[in-house]
Amino acid sequence: MLTLQCPYCGVWAEETELHAEGEAHLKRFGPGSDDADFESYLFMRENPKGVHFERWRHSHGCGKFFHAARCTMTLKVFGTYPAQTLEPPQDIKDRISETYPGWTWRNFK
Amino acid sequence: MSDLKSALPGARFDGFATVEETGLRGMVTLRGDLSSKVLAKAVKAAVGAGMPQSGQVSRGDKGLVAWMSPDELLLVVAHDLAGDIVVALNDALKGEHALAVNVSDARAVFRIAGDHAAEVLAKLAPVDLSDAAFPPGSFRRTRLAQIPAAFWRNEDGSFELVCFRSVADYAFGILSKSAMKGSRVGVL
Ligand SMILES: [Zn+2]
Repeated sequence: MLTLQCPYCGVWAEETELHAEGEAHLKRFGPGSDDADFESYLFMRENPKGVHFERWRHSHGCGKFFHAARCTMTLKVFGTYPAQTLEPPQDIKDRISETYPGWTWRNFK
Repeated sequence: MSDLKSALPGARFDGFATVEETGLRGMVTLRGDLSSKVLAKAVKAAVGAGMPQSGQVSRGDKGLVAWMSPDELLLVVAHDLAGDIVVALNDALKGEHALAVNVSDARAVFRIAGDHAAEVLAKLAPVDLSDAAFPPGSFRRTRLAQIPAAFWRNEDGSFELVCFRSVADYAFGILSKSAMKGSRVGVL
C-alpha cells in the first residue's frame, strides 16, 4: 500500500484516494515538432528499477495533480511536490542521494 | 412553485449508529483565489463565516464553509438561501477571477450520529477518524467505498456527508450496511 502526502491539501492519502497519472516532468512536443520528438513525447517512458518520478492526482480529494519521487523497488517515498515545477526540489534530490548515492533519472541527478 | 424533493426523503437506518438523509440543503461551489480579501469578505457576507483552514469547516450564522481545495470552497446553507447567495457572490466578486454555482440539487446529504458514528465511516473511507485525528470542525473529501464523498464532523460528534444525488441510494445502502447492529469493529 502506497501512502502519499498531497502537497496541496496536506492529506496523507492512501493509494485508492489517488490516481496514477504516469511519468513526471514530460516536455510536451505538439504541432510543428519533428517526428522523433513527437514520438518520444507520446510513447517513450522511463521504466526504472529504483528511483522514479511520477505524476499523481488527488482524484478523490482536492483534485490537484502533483509529483512524487519514490523507489519502484522498495516503494520508499522520497517526497511529493507541486506540479508547477520543471525539476524536483533540492531537498528531495538530497533525500534520494542519502539512499542511492550517484542516482540518475533522465537528465536529473 | 415546484414540489422540491431531496434524493431519499425520510430515509433512516437505526443500527449501532443512526444514518439519515437530512433533506434539501443549499450548496454553493465557489472557486477563486482563497487569499483574496474581496473573496473572504463576500463569503463573510454570504454565510457569516470566516475563511476555513485547509481540512476544516468554518461556521457562521447562516451555515458553514468547507475547504474543498486550494482554490475551492463549498458553502452549505438552508436550501432556499443558495440562489440569493450566488447572486450576491457574483455581485461582490465582479472583476475577481472567481466562479459561484448553485449545486444544491446535484447533491444528497446524510447525517451519521451516535457514539460510534466514526466507525460507520471508517469502514468505508481511507481516513483516520479517531477523535484526535478528526475532531469536530474537521472536513475531508475522499472516497466512500466506490463513490466520491465529503464529510465533516459536528460539535456533537455526529458527521454530515455530502455525495452526488445520483449515487444517494448507493451511499445510503453502504452507510446502513456499515452501521448494522453487531458489526462494530470496536476500535473507534
Ligand atoms: Zn489534495
